[in-house]
Amino acid sequence: MILKRAFAPIRASLAAVAVMGGLTGTALAAGGGEAHIHRHHWSFGGITGQFDRNQLRRGFQVYQEVCAACHGLERVRFRNLVEPGGPEFDEEAVKALAAEWPNQIADGPNDEGEMFERPAKLSDIIKGPYKNDKEARAAQGGALPPDLSLTTRARGVHTDAPWYQHIPMMARDIFTGYQEGGADYLYALLTGYAEKPEGFHLAEGMNYNKYFPGQQIAMAQPLDDEGSVEYQENAGAKMSLKQNAEDVTAFLAWAADPSLNARKQLGWSVMIYLLITTLLLYFAKKSIWRNVKH
Amino acid sequence: MSHESTYEPKSAAAKWWDQRLPVPRMMHDQFVDFPTPRNLNYLWTFGGILTFCLVAQIVTGIVLAMHYQPSAAEAFDSVDRIRRDVNYGWLIQAMHASGASMFFIAVYIHIFRGLYYGSYRAPREILWILGVFILLAMMATAFMGYALPWGQMSFWGVTVITNLFSSLDQVIPGLGTAIVQWLWGGYSVSGTTLNRFFSLHYLLPFVIFGLVILHIWALHVAGQNNPTGIEIKTKSDSVPMFPYAVMKDAFALFVFVILFAWFVLFMPDYLGHADNFNVADPLVTPPHIVPEWYFLPFYAILRAIPDKLGGVIAMFASIAILAFIPWLDRSPVRSTKYRPIYKWFFWLFLISCLALGYLGAKPAEGVYVFWARIFTAYYFAHFLIVMPIVGSMETPSKMPGSITDAVLGKKGAAKSDSGGGGVPAGATASPEDR
Amino acid sequence: MSADVEDPQRRDILVVAATAFSAVGAASLIWPFVHQMNPDAGAQALASTEVDLSPIAEGQAITVMWRGKPVFIRNRTPEEVEAAKKVKVDELPDPVSRNENNPGTPATDANRTVEGQEKWLVMVGICTHLGCIPKGQALADSKGDFGGWFCPCHGSHYDTSGRIRKGPAPRNFDVPPYKFVSDTKILIG
Repeated sequence: MILKRAFAPIRASLAAVAVMGGLTGTALAAGGGEAHIHRHHWSFGGITGQFDRNQLRRGFQVYQEVCAACHGLERVRFRNLVEPGGPEFDEEAVKALAAEWPNQIADGPNDEGEMFERPAKLSDIIKGPYKNDKEARAAQGGALPPDLSLTTRARGVHTDAPWYQHIPMMARDIFTGYQEGGADYLYALLTGYAEKPEGFHLAEGMNYNKYFPGQQIAMAQPLDDEGSVEYQENAGAKMSLKQNAEDVTAFLAWAADPSLNARKQLGWSVMIYLLITTLLLYFAKKSIWRNVKH
Repeated sequence: MSHESTYEPKSAAAKWWDQRLPVPRMMHDQFVDFPTPRNLNYLWTFGGILTFCLVAQIVTGIVLAMHYQPSAAEAFDSVDRIRRDVNYGWLIQAMHASGASMFFIAVYIHIFRGLYYGSYRAPREILWILGVFILLAMMATAFMGYALPWGQMSFWGVTVITNLFSSLDQVIPGLGTAIVQWLWGGYSVSGTTLNRFFSLHYLLPFVIFGLVILHIWALHVAGQNNPTGIEIKTKSDSVPMFPYAVMKDAFALFVFVILFAWFVLFMPDYLGHADNFNVADPLVTPPHIVPEWYFLPFYAILRAIPDKLGGVIAMFASIAILAFIPWLDRSPVRSTKYRPIYKWFFWLFLISCLALGYLGAKPAEGVYVFWARIFTAYYFAHFLIVMPIVGSMETPSKMPGSITDAVLGKKGAAKSDSGGGGVPAGATASPEDR
Repeated sequence: MSADVEDPQRRDILVVAATAFSAVGAASLIWPFVHQMNPDAGAQALASTEVDLSPIAEGQAITVMWRGKPVFIRNRTPEEVEAAKKVKVDELPDPVSRNENNPGTPATDANRTVEGQEKWLVMVGICTHLGCIPKGQALADSKGDFGGWFCPCHGSHYDTSGRIRKGPAPRNFDVPPYKFVSDTKILIG
């Protein structure tokens, strides 16, 4: 499923300013642009795409075993993992998962007036390891591991195409319903770690990534080339860097947009209804105007 | 257009009512029996589409206000909860967010239609100026509405745009700062600012609604313009609004709704900014602040002027100048269709606006600034130089004598021998025979 | 319009179909706008409440919140339990137990409590008349003519099993879904 394409050479150009939304603007300071981000084929992409339940389940496993060590998912609740259109895990399994989730829920005050922590329930958020941003920064050497709940919608890919290509590109994107830029970026980022090129100055504690604005990222490579997360026999895919990265990206895309399946399903019924009604209205209009030259 | 009322109350109750509050009579005279030029093209359906847009925005907005929390601490979370947890919240929120863009698509088409066919010319000056006020109110509403999700673009958009007023410090030192702090209710954009924006964002649509009623009233006094720019002279020039125009409007509305639904259901994020999915952070400015697409041409004009105050004045002037074009246009005819020279300038103006839109999204540097200045210069030159000069020099091409002549001359010529001026054989009556 | 014009409102099948289709579409769009006001997914999934009963002495009562509603929990004295058991169901204004754990059963005291834990009465403390919170929880409160609860809004009297005995309220207090997790702990919801 993965489209294997050669990465475009890094291009330095006027237009390659501020390519990624939501990230601090170190792009110019680095003196170069980011590598071109290719469009990946996603099961949930375009106007017909839907999430692949098995992929979301594998992606949750990657999140749980790798990402959750630093990143929260605090806009998502455990109950969402059970709901239709998502990983659709068994409710009892998720209850157990919530109860064992290492980052407990702050609650209180109790009858003695003390705040306390308690195990999560279905209705609770998927808590990250840090109480607040300051604690996170302190633990991560000043870098803040962002909450991942909206990541794929909070990132995007800017086009660096020349002006005359904009209108055809826009028309194509609208017609094909392309809005997976955030997922494309995230996948590129996860698979974009590399040896730093000769002469590139990497700051202390930073890592080289072809797709991160400025090519320096505080996050160490989370998924290895050999793959990091071993799936179960019946999970539908084998471990590899690309597979892990693709699965966790799909999972995070669901976390950011859990109504995608329902939305597109409704979309098609609405479109069919609208097309039929519009045609009827067109012929009705024609019939009313048939004796009037206009 | 004022015409004799043909409303006849059918029952005693209707008669009783008609003598006391003749709303049914008004609706009948203005929206059923109202004479509509028979030659209107589909560009004239956008008035109805815009009414739909306004109602849709008000209805979805009222719903969102039931779930939204206008406080700096909760605004972002509450919008996220609307999308995740509220029943059909994802649908209604997407309708409102994409609806703003659809509203502007429609209003820009509506404005350019007016510009092309000279719909601003006498006796429709007030109708046109009311339209300019509606545009201004729409812009203010959209700007304040975009602040409400309290994402990064919301916060920094508000910061940058409200700071425009600080340019008044160049006129009277301290004045701009005072105004900006008054707008903010503090020394920076904060939750206080968000609260007042929410209040005004809820108020302004009803102001727009009132302006729209006046706009429609003025339209029904002067009557609709049409592609020829020739007023309705005889009965055969027009058709009753119902069912002719109504059915045409309904068809066009559904075509528009297909596009609307496409964005809402297949790509709700396409018309927004990814950055606005990051919660507002007063310490980090996003690398590339751009307004929503519908403000881009004005943003380009703002940045094209090297002086801060000058840029702000140019930006506001670019909208205000629209109110003066009924008097700037010196042409003896309304419709650009019969203006062989001005036609080219019209398309050049349209291209300038599109180019300014493109440049507004680009960083203000190098070649982009150069082109932004060229197109900004043309934007103003079009109104201030081209309209008066070309209008008074140009000789209009030959015009038909009436709407009916235009319609029959255009389509009837080929079949003129089939009788009835191109009316299909067997048609017992056609409006032009009346 | 002159009389010889073909009636433009002629009931053309196309016009009828187009109008009908448009109307159906507009009507179905109403549902999301109605449904959005129903309890959202967050409210539906609201946590169940665990209550520790050990601090409640005999004869005392506490009030806890569950789904935004007050839940009365009373540790009844043996006399109160006895009084509640003696009442004949057919004398009651509302003969149904109103217990979500035993739906549709007669309003005996046994049916409104948990077997083996009869001294504990757990119920939603909202008067079934018009939603006021009745008196009777605090020791000094008026407990009404039947020693249970008394709603001061319109004078409804409830007995020691929370059943309506006198006044305008139509139903007994509702018993929420709950279970004993241990002898001194219940889980409501």
